[in-house]
Amino acid sequence: MSVATSSLPVGPAGEERDFIQSATGRFVSQRRVRGMGVFLLLLAVVMALPFGLNVPSGVSAIFTLTTPPSVTVPNLVQPVRAVSIGLAIACALVGVVLIARKSTRGSYLVFSFGTVLFLWSFLVWVGRGTSLNFVSLLAETVIYSTPIIYGSLSGVLCERSGVINIAIEGQFLAGAFLASLVASATGDVWFGALCGAAAGALFGWILAFLTLRYGADQIIVGILIDAFALGLTNFLLQEIFTNHPNLNSPPVFQNVAIPLLSKIPILGPVLFDQSAIVYGAAVLLVGIHLALFRTRWGLRVRAVGEHPKAASTVGIHVVSVRYGNVIFGGLVAGIGGAAFTVGSYGQFTSNMAAGLGFVALAAMIFGRWRPFGGLGAALLFGFSISLVSFIGVLGVDIPSPLLAMAPYLITIAVVAGLVGRVRPPGADGVPYERE
Amino acid sequence: MRLELDGITKRFGPLVANDHVDLTVEPGEIHCLLGENGAGKSTLMNVLFGLLHADSGEIRIDGTPVTFADPGEAVRHGIGMVHQHFMLIPVFTVAENVVLGFEPTRRFGWLDRRRAHAEVRRLSSEFGLEVDPGALVETLPVGVQQRVEILKALQREARLLILDEPTAVLTPQETEALFRIMRSLRDSGRSILFITHKLKEVLSVADRITVMRLGRVVGSTTPDEADEKSLATMMVGRDVELVITKTPASPAEPVLQLEQLSVADERGVTVVEDVNLEIRAGEIVALAGVQGNGQTELAEAIVGLRPVRSGVLRVEGADLTDATPRERIRAGLAQVPEDRQADGLVLSMSIAENLILDQYDAPPFARHGVRDLSAMRAYGARALSEFDIRAASADVPAGTLSGGNQQKVVVARELSRKVKVLVASQPTRGLDVGSIEYVHRRIVDARNAGAAVLIISSELDEVLALGDRVAVMYRGRIVGIVDPAVGRETVGLMMAGAGEVPPPPPAVNATLGPGDGS
Repeated sequence: MSVATSSLPVGPAGEERDFIQSATGRFVSQRRVRGMGVFLLLLAVVMALPFGLNVPSGVSAIFTLTTPPSVTVPNLVQPVRAVSIGLAIACALVGVVLIARKSTRGSYLVFSFGTVLFLWSFLVWVGRGTSLNFVSLLAETVIYSTPIIYGSLSGVLCERSGVINIAIEGQFLAGAFLASLVASATGDVWFGALCGAAAGALFGWILAFLTLRYGADQIIVGILIDAFALGLTNFLLQEIFTNHPNLNSPPVFQNVAIPLLSKIPILGPVLFDQSAIVYGAAVLLVGIHLALFRTRWGLRVRAVGEHPKAASTVGIHVVSVRYGNVIFGGLVAGIGGAAFTVGSYGQFTSNMAAGLGFVALAAMIFGRWRPFGGLGAALLFGFSISLVSFIGVLGVDIPSPLLAMAPYLITIAVVAGLVGRVRPPGADGVPYERE
Repeated sequence: MRLELDGITKRFGPLVANDHVDLTVEPGEIHCLLGENGAGKSTLMNVLFGLLHADSGEIRIDGTPVTFADPGEAVRHGIGMVHQHFMLIPVFTVAENVVLGFEPTRRFGWLDRRRAHAEVRRLSSEFGLEVDPGALVETLPVGVQQRVEILKALQREARLLILDEPTAVLTPQETEALFRIMRSLRDSGRSILFITHKLKEVLSVADRITVMRLGRVVGSTTPDEADEKSLATMMVGRDVELVITKTPASPAEPVLQLEQLSVADERGVTVVEDVNLEIRAGEIVALAGVQGNGQTELAEAIVGLRPVRSGVLRVEGADLTDATPRERIRAGLAQVPEDRQADGLVLSMSIAENLILDQYDAPPFARHGVRDLSAMRAYGARALSEFDIRAASADVPAGTLSGGNQQKVVVARELSRKVKVLVASQPTRGLDVGSIEYVHRRIVDARNAGAAVLIISSELDEVLALGDRVAVMYRGRIVGIVDPAVGRETVGLMMAGAGEVPPPPPAVNATLGPGDGS
């Protein structure tokens, strides 16, 4: 290092880049990138052998690419052996690129491309000798992802202001339950979803009240809310719905095809022929992103989450900001809960959130506390569930409980393996006390 | 603005932190509030800034009584504060930090970044505080971060600026730059309330000086009437010896050897790079540097609290690079950690327990895995008198002691062993003058008894007074090892990474006169 001539220490470029990278992006070590490369090479072996050479030549997989609103596209017929081996070679090349390149910039994108090649090959193998509706696989991915998107947005709202929201799971259950009850009773799905949101907001308020007013531990209160919501909804399920099943048969949001856009092949039915609750997630995603990073409100929220004392010295009321965000976060999670019942499935069933509240938190962390960051993880999980249900239908001889576990395993592997060094908001989970 | 504090009293339980404090700051003056740590300066400022509420007393601005429910109100009344620990959000840009709370917006609360940047540029050029509005604060050196704090206050049109211990984290050159800014702000008619415990700075920058001790104002003076000695006497309440008396070192064989040592911080960034250092028995090497240049990590690596990335660490020739802290203690290493409350003591345990933390499991304090509490208590009682620890008994929790007495407990424990190497980080930070004298004397005694001593301090006066040789660290490297006689200016420039490095002093029999302690 050369000696700086200025009286102020100005660091060498490399060191400053490190700081900036850890502030605004993921810190990726060279070793981790090489690990990704090696992993892709292993995937390539799987693709080449079991998916490729192991399959007799002449067997093909047919992907259906047309679903109603879109214009008709011919089916994609793929000879399994040739396609898998071709994909394996491509995947191996991507792996080699990762191992060989010097810069770590954009490694995640390159790696994601490699995994997409693997998934393609896997789908071809699964669909060998039969046909597979690729479009509805993706459309269901979006539907399954929706509650997770709401959940991770809820987490972003709370944690950006410095409160950890472990209660998303409980807010899901409360929202799902009340949405089903109210929508069944009134016949109005919008009113049902609204009440689901209110139920989530109420649980958000409880979290805020106990942690902000009394300084209770955020994790413990969150877990208690989860346990309480599970017990309460199970109890009410038995007490009310068993005797009055008509109160648990709500109408559901109907798909609304967006003119023109829904006609686009493949993408149309996947993205533009969905229900209001799916569109709502997209709107909130964009809205919360802009609000957090472009408005005065967002600047203050982030200030409170990073350094509440500094925020307070410029006249920002830390506790009010946190109250607002935790309740808003609860509301968003409540809509996510409503997505389980009036958004897709209809009926409320016991423990129907099934840990997705925690998956949403994982997605948020994976996404570095940014609204769009969590989207990828949410879609991955949705895709895994969707895939598992497809495999179930195709009748692959894997025990179904094992299959049901797969989405969680995939999420753990991806989130733990790829999450790298992330930095939460500075005061995340730290109670604020005035001196 | 003319600010009057009249009879401000603030109690915390039985403790009276401010006892009928009167203070008047005239428009266009730099008013120094001088006092030791714990004298009640920070409490007074927090009352003034609306962070605390006085139990009694009145604040008047230009003759009108005011009350501040929160800092926002103080700001609206034209009071700005630069806190000792910056109130900046590290991941925000300079402009975002400056406008936070007073953001220029367009419709729907949409942030107007362009106006925010323009505002920062306007203020920077108006007051000569150069800074890039788009830079992320955490990437800036502390001196620049401090400018951002000042800009923040100016953006709010502060007419009175409170600077709480602003020089603690600055190099001497940055301190000079800050003083120039303070003078130009004063000349533009603003008042400045400058809080410090550094006598030299008070004399060079103040128009008037108010001295606090134990929560009370004990006197008021001007730099023309006062000198360092009279200020110190007012501050402490008795005559203070400002020099460290020590005989010239007579270094013997090398004890602590660092070879090409590199250490990484939590983020994996290398913060200590290829450090070579050799300390001999019977000498004190003082490590100077602005905070955050790797000194903390280097000290932690030496005592075994942080892994070494590469290089070798030897004590008396034995390789201890990968040794556990316990193995290092057995090899004769002792440490006074930078944060005594976090790393030096278990605050909830008694003084006696803290005194034997390094040997609680060995005779006479334990036999066959069973502790001998009476042996521990007897030892504790002896240590209280031997090390002048002021406490009701050795059974009271260490957390109830004052900072000075806590440090004495740490020193007592560490120096009760046979010490070959002593690593002391910021050994007198936050201590009263009496305790500082005591700790310094103990360190010199350890040296005279043949220990190799490494002192890490951000107080330049302490470095120059205690060190037999002075090593300067900048950006993770030792940029030079000099004789303390080269003076403040030279060492200060080296700390800023600039300036010529004088040739190293002869390692053996380096001599020097007494320094001028802080």
